[in-house]
Amino acid sequence: MKFKSISIFLVISSFFLTCILSIWKIMSTLQGLNFTNLNITGNFLNGIILSLLFVLIGNRINHLIKIFSLSFLFSFLYFYFNETSPYWYIFGVFLIILFFTNKLKKYNTKSLTEDFISEKIIFDFITLFGIVFFAFVILFPFYIMLVTSFKTQIALLVNPLDFSLDLSKSLTELFKSYFVIFETYNFSRYILISSAVSIGTVIVTLLFAIPAAYAVARLNFFGKNFLSTSILIIYMFPAIVLVIPLYTVFSQLGLRNSIFGLLIVYTATTLPVAIYMLQGYFKSIPKEIEDAGIMDGQNWFGIILKIIIPLSLPAISSVALYVFMIAWNEFLFSLMFLDNPKSFTLSRAIQYLSGDAETPRQYLMAGSVIVTLPVLFIFVYFEKYLVSGLTSGGVKG
Amino acid sequence: MSNTLLKLEKRTAYTLVLPAVILVFAIVLFPIFANIWISFKEIELKDIRIPEPRAKKIVKSISDDGSELKVVYKLRNSSLIQEIRNVKFQDKFPKNISILNLDPRCNFKSKKIICDFGNWEAKYKENFEIILKNINDEKIKKEIIKSQKPILSGKSDNPLLTTNFTLENFKKVFYESNFIELLLTTFYFTFFGTVGAIIFGILAAQLVNQNIQGRSYMRGILLFPYVGPVVALAYTWTLLLDPNSGTLNALLVNFNIIESPINLLGQKYITISILGFDFKLRLALTTVIFFEIWRYFPLAFLFILARLQAIPKSLYEAAEVDGASPVQKFLHITLPQITAIISILFMIRFIWNFNKFEDIFLLTGGASGTRTLPINVYQQGFAVSDIGMGSAVSIVIVMLLLAFMIIYFRLIGKKANEI
Repeated sequence: MKFKSISIFLVISSFFLTCILSIWKIMSTLQGLNFTNLNITGNFLNGIILSLLFVLIGNRINHLIKIFSLSFLFSFLYFYFNETSPYWYIFGVFLIILFFTNKLKKYNTKSLTEDFISEKIIFDFITLFGIVFFAFVILFPFYIMLVTSFKTQIALLVNPLDFSLDLSKSLTELFKSYFVIFETYNFSRYILISSAVSIGTVIVTLLFAIPAAYAVARLNFFGKNFLSTSILIIYMFPAIVLVIPLYTVFSQLGLRNSIFGLLIVYTATTLPVAIYMLQGYFKSIPKEIEDAGIMDGQNWFGIILKIIIPLSLPAISSVALYVFMIAWNEFLFSLMFLDNPKSFTLSRAIQYLSGDAETPRQYLMAGSVIVTLPVLFIFVYFEKYLVSGLTSGGVKG
Repeated sequence: MSNTLLKLEKRTAYTLVLPAVILVFAIVLFPIFANIWISFKEIELKDIRIPEPRAKKIVKSISDDGSELKVVYKLRNSSLIQEIRNVKFQDKFPKNISILNLDPRCNFKSKKIICDFGNWEAKYKENFEIILKNINDEKIKKEIIKSQKPILSGKSDNPLLTTNFTLENFKKVFYESNFIELLLTTFYFTFFGTVGAIIFGILAAQLVNQNIQGRSYMRGILLFPYVGPVVALAYTWTLLLDPNSGTLNALLVNFNIIESPINLLGQKYITISILGFDFKLRLALTTVIFFEIWRYFPLAFLFILARLQAIPKSLYEAAEVDGASPVQKFLHITLPQITAIISILFMIRFIWNFNKFEDIFLLTGGASGTRTLPINVYQQGFAVSDIGMGSAVSIVIVMLLLAFMIIYFRLIGKKANEI
């Protein structure tokens, strides 16, 4: 029994170590280091020896001393047996092994005899592995997007693996792609249009959605149930089936290539989500407060303006941010309705740039960074609001 | 409550709801019905403009003293296929001007020329000339003549509103454009995209739900692909996967995992041999499905995580006392608690993946075996510019969607309202 759990422990832990070391090696390769071998078996064997030593030493020496000395020893061995590599790389290896041995803390010869220990080991390391895996898979493309915007086309064609930043270059040289897309590709105009459309959509949507959501949440009228189900159904209908009729009608009305046309469409498509999210919140406001307002002789306009809106500011701002993000990210309608570069939104402009095969990729990526940054910034900053909004119905996409 | 109050409440409710309802109906519901209309018509992209009579005015001086001017109106019918009936023309001139060669179709009265051109067939073109002369032999100012724009009017049919219908579009959809393959591709994409996203969502939620440091950061990071703009993400992935200088291929070649770069987004099939059997895998489609999973698993993750956090801790503590293993805890406590949310997620994501357009369009443009129904709407309507055909495909999508929705509301509609 003990042999089985020890061997599982050794295999799983060294598998985990091998994975992080491989990711570290890949990331270093992207900094221009010339590795051609992941050296998986070597790392795996190292890992087994390391874990075995760790368990055998047990509690005989202080944990901190133990992990530091083991990490030091193994980084040194790694340095000795592997291809030549710079000191920052080895320092990274040292930190990884330090982190790894620290994670081994709760295992020793005694704990390995507990009930279900092999399952627990597997769960523990799969969790660790999963976190590293997910973080890597998610952040890697964003990382590539960012660093590509600082490189040049030629440098990337010569060595597609070298993403190291040449910090000796001047700042203007480093941010050259950004200067170029602002100066020659007119991105400041697109930023302005995108912001105008998105903020406009937020304002108009809220203007329409707050009264409607209030009525759905509070008042009794014929067709109310029909309305709230149709909100849900409309919310499921895809933009792609609306495109052709809207295109034809907008062409005949001269609304294509106009920001106003885009604004109408964005508002109409985000309204169901906004109403759905807001009415849920309005229902949670105690009705007595409104009754007090009615006693004071307020009409519905006063009630909404003076009672409902101040009380539901968090929900309203969450809806506003959400609508802003939808409008900012929207692509299909801007692709269909805009074909004059004068009225492009950011997304459409980037797509237009990519249509020309000659456009260097760093410009494309600089544009992508510009369109991504505001959204990620808003998301990170207001995460709490947005996450609660997302789970309460704002899930279109 | 009294009757008048009830009436007042109703009236208030309608005034509050109506603006939103009208807007949504005009932009969302009207097009769905308009699709039905258009799908029964033979209509192309170039036909959707309403034909209108046009005139371009050119002014030339023909005498030395400038007292005589020749005005040429280049008249044409803007439509290549439709006639305009009863075309009227009108232009104004300054005072003291006479017209030397008045066309029989025209009248000149009080500084105004009014012509009745009758019917113009499609592609109609004419150079209509008049010669102006100042009565007092003074110079006519060219600029004044030029700045006055002629007014034209005429009756024509809006090609969208004519009442000749045809079944051609639907015949073409079902018989000509290998409909079965299209449908299969759409279903592969939808099904595997949905299932993959949910599986990864469960894994990620299970991870983040544990007591680890930095778990709120982790939750934020995991949602990045979902909140990022699709254009930026799709192009980043195209760059990553590029066969010539993409990072992924370069890495794999560098570490000797593959011999030569694979065109992950441009190759329709790849042959994989497992245990001596050769499997043909839809490569580009698989890559697109993986992008889809990458982009949408965060949503499943978020919902499942919210559900997991609502499971009472006491359930796990009781299981611990009973000596349950981690696997048993997952199978007998966690899984039953999240089946409801998973089934809802499955249906919602299924419907939305079924309609996904942007992701595939930006990654492959529908090439190399990734053409799904929504992509086909675009291809028929705008690449082949057959609007009627595009609408017919939209109708097929709407029909399938309605079927899914009926299933959805029958099966789990009630549960959806509870959560």
